[in-house]
Amino acid sequence: MVETGARPRISRLRQRLLTVTRAMTTPLRPDDYLALINPRWSTRESTGTVVRVRRETADAATIVIKPDFPWPGHRPGQYLRLGMAINGIRHWRAYTITSDPGHVEGVVSVTVKYTEGGRMSPVFVRHVQPGQQVYLGEVEGEFALPDPLPAQLLFVSAGSGITPIMSMIRELQRRDALDDVVHVHSARTSEDMIFGRMLRGFAKRHEGYRLIEVHTGEQPRLSPDRLGELCPDWARRETFLSGPRDLIDVVEKHYADAGRTDHLHTERFQPVVGIGGGDGTGGSVHFRVSDCDAEAGPGVSILVSGEEAGARLPFGCRMGICHTCVGRLQDGAVRDVRTGAVTEASGQMVRTCVNAPEGHIEIDL
Amino acid sequence: MPYDPTNPLYRLTEEQLDEIGRELDALHDAVFADLGEADANYIRSMITFHRRLAAMSRAVLIFSKYKPAWLIGTAGLSIAKILENMEIGHNVLHGQWDWMNDPEIHSSTWDWDTASPAAAWKHSHNYVHHTFTNVIGKDKDVGYEIMRVDPRQPWHPVYLLQPFYNVVLMALFEWGVALHDLDFEKIRKGEKSPKQLKDELKAIGVKARRQITKDYLVFPALSGRHYKATLWANVTANLVRNFWSHAIIFCGHFPDQTYMFTEDEVANESRGAWYVRQLIGAANIEGSDLFHVMSGNLGFQVEHHLFPDMPSSRYKQIAPRVKDLCERYGLPYNTGPFRKQWGTVQRTILRMALPGGKPRHKPGPYVMPPEEKAERERLRNLVPAFP
Repeated sequence: MVETGARPRISRLRQRLLTVTRAMTTPLRPDDYLALINPRWSTRESTGTVVRVRRETADAATIVIKPDFPWPGHRPGQYLRLGMAINGIRHWRAYTITSDPGHVEGVVSVTVKYTEGGRMSPVFVRHVQPGQQVYLGEVEGEFALPDPLPAQLLFVSAGSGITPIMSMIRELQRRDALDDVVHVHSARTSEDMIFGRMLRGFAKRHEGYRLIEVHTGEQPRLSPDRLGELCPDWARRETFLSGPRDLIDVVEKHYADAGRTDHLHTERFQPVVGIGGGDGTGGSVHFRVSDCDAEAGPGVSILVSGEEAGARLPFGCRMGICHTCVGRLQDGAVRDVRTGAVTEASGQMVRTCVNAPEGHIEIDL
Repeated sequence: MPYDPTNPLYRLTEEQLDEIGRELDALHDAVFADLGEADANYIRSMITFHRRLAAMSRAVLIFSKYKPAWLIGTAGLSIAKILENMEIGHNVLHGQWDWMNDPEIHSSTWDWDTASPAAAWKHSHNYVHHTFTNVIGKDKDVGYEIMRVDPRQPWHPVYLLQPFYNVVLMALFEWGVALHDLDFEKIRKGEKSPKQLKDELKAIGVKARRQITKDYLVFPALSGRHYKATLWANVTANLVRNFWSHAIIFCGHFPDQTYMFTEDEVANESRGAWYVRQLIGAANIEGSDLFHVMSGNLGFQVEHHLFPDMPSSRYKQIAPRVKDLCERYGLPYNTGPFRKQWGTVQRTILRMALPGGKPRHKPGPYVMPPEEKAERERLRNLVPAFP
């Protein structure tokens, strides 16, 4: 399997024409010949064009994309897979959509934070130019504003976890619904805060939007106790939390203890997973098809360990979304590097990008 | 006891075979570590060139009632079909470009402009032929189950007709390949479930219908009253492609230089021995760069059989390394001009139609000409780079 973009939405007539004229182009599609004239005429995959790049902080940028086909729509908080060829190889990553659904220009934006050692984020943050064509995957994700809107809202975000929250706040503002919103955001410094200036502007103009910044460079890190001090009525509010795993873990426990689990919505969003760090024992992998043996340290995914050992393995989003990288686990236990959950998964298909070996494993890849 | 005592495989020790395995694995990995933008651009521009040429040739052929248009259009379409089948289709279906992770240039999604459905061909060619290369009884490409090309294949009176039906096969090669994928031996022995056979026949039927509709109905119809001229142009282009691919493919394993093996000889073979079987079981064709592109780089059949998943554009660069290895281990490097390779293949087909026969004389270990030796010294420590 190879990861591919979403199917573009095109008119019934165009679809019919493409089917009929296929008699002339088989085994290719009419799209393949139309693309010779203009690559954007191919309807094989959803594509978009980068129209603007806006620097947000020293290491984050917003990429504004004009979709080449009618946009299927999204809910604030959802994410989008983006594909781009880098040095001849197509890579995919998922990024939260930071624009709100009803943008007047019909554009969509994602905000990307530079990740050390990453493949795609350095290109997006440092090099990408307007005019670059990108492939657009499906819009996905369950972390989104409910309908109808809750009366009182609490947003808690940390670092680049701001991105889905930003999309939600934009939507609330557009619908004139920033009535009773508290937003606690944690960043290292004031300058480090993505969308800092925009959100401070919102706070000035809208009485119903209260922004509380926690700068961990000079203050203690965000904790449930601190959250209680900053927003004493937290237990009355529908809470949306997006940030690193350890923050989510402690807040989840706090809400569970208070019997408020149903009112907490979280996004465990980590742009790069499986490159090491975190819990687990690590282990060794035998790739049965590639006939390759690999060693993986704690938090190193099956995929990364195999690649480092020279195996050529299928991969896609590298964050557990697209299922391009799956292989049948024949023996052993794996740990999900996102949740830490360990499963004895013999005989099951596992995603190699988000699972790390826990001891020795055998996999059909 | 080896059938052919001169077979160089039996002169090599276990350790030498392991060393050969390691060396060739390392060469493969060095090339794959170096793949990038330039390689991607090569296949993309080849695909673009093919599509432009095919589209323009089809357009010219609308006016095929005019002689020059017929000639130009037919020549263009023939070349387009050859490029599409050989340098593009064959190699994409081998997975040579899968590393690009591009869903449009990928062995799992590609289909080619020939009668054979991609899925069936990938099984019979990529798996059966490339794994059991030249093993009589296992590799169904040894004579394609209809011809006798080695004295060890038992003779049958039907082979008296093989010089005749070989010519028919040349003309109808794409249909021969499509039927060959069905694996008649498996069907005869009842090893194929009726369901699978039905599915495969259906796939061939669908593919055939689409191919015939396109070449022999739709495009001729575009020429209106002069449909016959376009019909003949398309028939000619398919014939040219069939003759050419038949010639190139038969030169891959049936020239006199190559070795065939029995199942006993290859039982429990090591990785190194597998490489050596590929090396001495295939034969190259000498030619210009243009010749190599037009033959899908199968003029580098030896390199292709060592590394079937390596982008074809890299074979020329690794050829000096392979020759170097042949020289050091006293192995032959099978190659020759097209006329000679093709001639020996036809002679074998004629001779094997009759009972009996002896193995042909084989070339000895490869000795590098002095000018190539100098080139080798220059390349010794370089990763084979794209042009």
